[in-house]
Amino acid sequence: MSANKTISTQPNTNASSKKMLIAMVGIGVICALLIVLSYEGTKERIEILKAEALEKAVFKVVPGISKTRIFELTAEGTFVPSDGKDRSKTLVYAGYDETDVFKGIAIEASGQGYADILRILYGYDPETQTVVGFYVLESKETPGLGDKIEKDEDFLANFNALTVALTEDLSKIQNPVVPVKEGKKVNPWEVDGITGATISSRAIGNIIGESSAKMVPLIYKQQEVFNSAINPTSK
Amino acid sequence: MTPTKTTDLKAGPSSTDEFIKGLWRENPVFVQVLGMCPVLAVSNSAINALAMGLATAFVLIMSNILVSSLRNFIPKQVRIASYILIIATFVTMVDYAIQAISVDLHKNLGAFISLIVVNCLILSRAEAFASKNTIGKSALDALGMGLGFVFALFCLGAVREILGNGSIFGFMIFPESFQEWIIMILPAGGFFTLALWLFLFNNYKLKKAKA
Amino acid sequence: MKSESLWYIFINASLINNFVLAYFLGICPFLGVSGKMETATKMGAAVTFVMIISSVCAFGIHALLVAINAPFLQLISYIVVIAATVQLVEMVIKKMSPALFRSLGIFLPLITTNCAILAVALFQTAKGYSFFGSLAFAFGGGIGFTLALILMAGIREQLDFADVPKVVKGTVITLLVAGILSLTFMGFSGLGS
Repeated sequence: MSANKTISTQPNTNASSKKMLIAMVGIGVICALLIVLSYEGTKERIEILKAEALEKAVFKVVPGISKTRIFELTAEGTFVPSDGKDRSKTLVYAGYDETDVFKGIAIEASGQGYADILRILYGYDPETQTVVGFYVLESKETPGLGDKIEKDEDFLANFNALTVALTEDLSKIQNPVVPVKEGKKVNPWEVDGITGATISSRAIGNIIGESSAKMVPLIYKQQEVFNSAINPTSK
Repeated sequence: MTPTKTTDLKAGPSSTDEFIKGLWRENPVFVQVLGMCPVLAVSNSAINALAMGLATAFVLIMSNILVSSLRNFIPKQVRIASYILIIATFVTMVDYAIQAISVDLHKNLGAFISLIVVNCLILSRAEAFASKNTIGKSALDALGMGLGFVFALFCLGAVREILGNGSIFGFMIFPESFQEWIIMILPAGGFFTLALWLFLFNNYKLKKAKA
Repeated sequence: MKSESLWYIFINASLINNFVLAYFLGICPFLGVSGKMETATKMGAAVTFVMIISSVCAFGIHALLVAINAPFLQLISYIVVIAATVQLVEMVIKKMSPALFRSLGIFLPLITTNCAILAVALFQTAKGYSFFGSLAFAFGGGIGFTLALILMAGIREQLDFADVPKVVKGTVITLLVAGILSLTFMGFSGLGS
C-alpha cells in the first residue's frame, strides 16, 4: 500500500484510485444496509411510543377524553386532518370521549421564554369557552426558578378555567388572556404570575394570549369539522 | 478503585492490559481529556450520563471492530473518510435504538446522540489503534476505553445529580429540607464538577510521583 | 408555529445559549487554542465562516432528504457533505487568496470534526428554522463561539503571570474559569422577552 502512496506513473495511480473507489463504495453499501435495517426494525415501535407520549400530553390538557385526532391549520384558516409530521404547520389535537363526542381541543403554541423557546400545549373547551389545561412540551428554563411553570400548583390552577369567551359576532375574544403579577388576578381571563419566575410565567401568559386570540375564533366556528371527523355519518 | 471485572477475561496478560489501560491509566476523560462535549452536556443526571456513556461505548466497540477487520482493505488515502462513514452509521443505529427504548430519554439527550459522530475519542481510537491491530485486540481496547468513558461520565453525572437535585437515578436520597445546589445542574456546574475530578486525579498523580 | 425574528435567533445563539458555555459545543478547541489572543481570534473567524457554509449545505440537504423521504440518511450525509465542503473551501481559498489561507488555513482541517459545526446543522433542522433563520443561527453561533474563545484567551494570558498551584495548572484552572464565564453568561437570559 505504501508503494501506491507516492506519486507514481500513470497505471499505478489508476490502480490505486480504483482501489479507493472500490473501498469507498464497499463501505458505503455496508453502511447503507445497516442504517436501513435498523431504521426499518425500529420504525414501528418509535411511532407507537411517540404517539403514546403525545396522547398522554393531550389527555392531560383536555380532561375526560379517551381518543385524539390530529388536525393542521391551512393557510385559509380551515382545519384539515393531518399526520402531524410537518413541523412548520400549526397543529391541534381534537379530543373525544368514549362515545365519540367531541369534548375539547389541545392547541400547540410556542414563544420566547427566559432561556429559550418554550413549546406548550393547552386545552380549549368550546362548550364552556374556557382554557381547561396546560402542559409544557419543551422548556430550558432555569431549574428551581423558571421551571416552576411546570410545577407550581397555584400557577397551574390558572388554567383550570381560564375564560376565552368570544364576542357576539364570534370574530374575536372578548377579553384576551393577559398575564398579571402574582396575587393580582381579579378577572377570569388573567393569568396569575409566579414571583421568582416572573419572566417565564409572563411568557406563558403571553403565548396563550397570542395563540388563543388567533385560534379560538377559528376553532369555535369549525367545531363541526372536528365533530364529523370521527363519526362522519352523524349530523 | 481498580475494577475487578478483568479477572473473568480469558485472554493473556497483554490483552488484559489493552482492556485495563482504558479504564484507568489512559482513561479517556480524566487522563486524555477527550470527548469533552458530551461529558459536560448530558451529565446533569446519573441516568442521562449512563445512557450517553453506553451509547458512546457501543459505537466505539462496533466501529473499532469494523475498522480493524477492514484495515487491510481500506486504502490509506481515504481512511479518515471511511472511518467517519462507519462511525456515522453506528451512531444512526444507536439513535434509532434509543428512540425505540424511551422517547423521554431520547428527548433528554437530544442532539448529543448524533454528536457522538464527532467525538474525538472514537476517531482517535480508530486511527491510533484499530487500524493497526487485530480484531480481538481492537475490541478489547474499545471495551476498556468505552467502559472508562462510561465510568467517567457516571462519576460526573452522579455528583451533579446528588448535589443539584438531591437524588440519584431519580430516587430522593436527602430529606425534604435539603436545599438543592441548583448550580450543579446548570452548565456551569458541569465545568466545576469536571474541574473537581481532574483536580483529584492530578492530586493523586502528584502524590504518587512524589512517593 | 410562530416564527422567531432573525435578530432574536442571533442573540439567542450567540449570548443566551452560547454554544460553548451553555451547550458545551466545541469544547476541545475551546480548551486547546484559547491560550493566545491572536490564535483565538483567527480560530473564531474560521469557525464562524465554516458554520455559515455548512449551515447553507445542511439546509439544502435537509430539503432534499425530505423530498426523497429518507430521514435516516440525515446524519451521515451531513457529516460527509460538511467534511467535503470544508476541504473544497480550503482549496478555493488557497488558490484565490494565499494571504487569507496563511492566516486561517491551518485551522480549517481542525474544525471539520468540531462538534459545534455539526451541531449548527442538527439544531437548525430540529428547530425548523427557515433559510434566513438558519443563516442567523449559524452566524450567531459562530460569533458566540468567537466571543467565548476571545474572553477565555484574554483571561488565560493574564493567568500566565499568576501563581497557580501546580495541581490545578492546565486543564483544571481553565475549566474553573470556563465555569465562572458560564455563570456570567447566564445573566444574558431573559434578553429579548
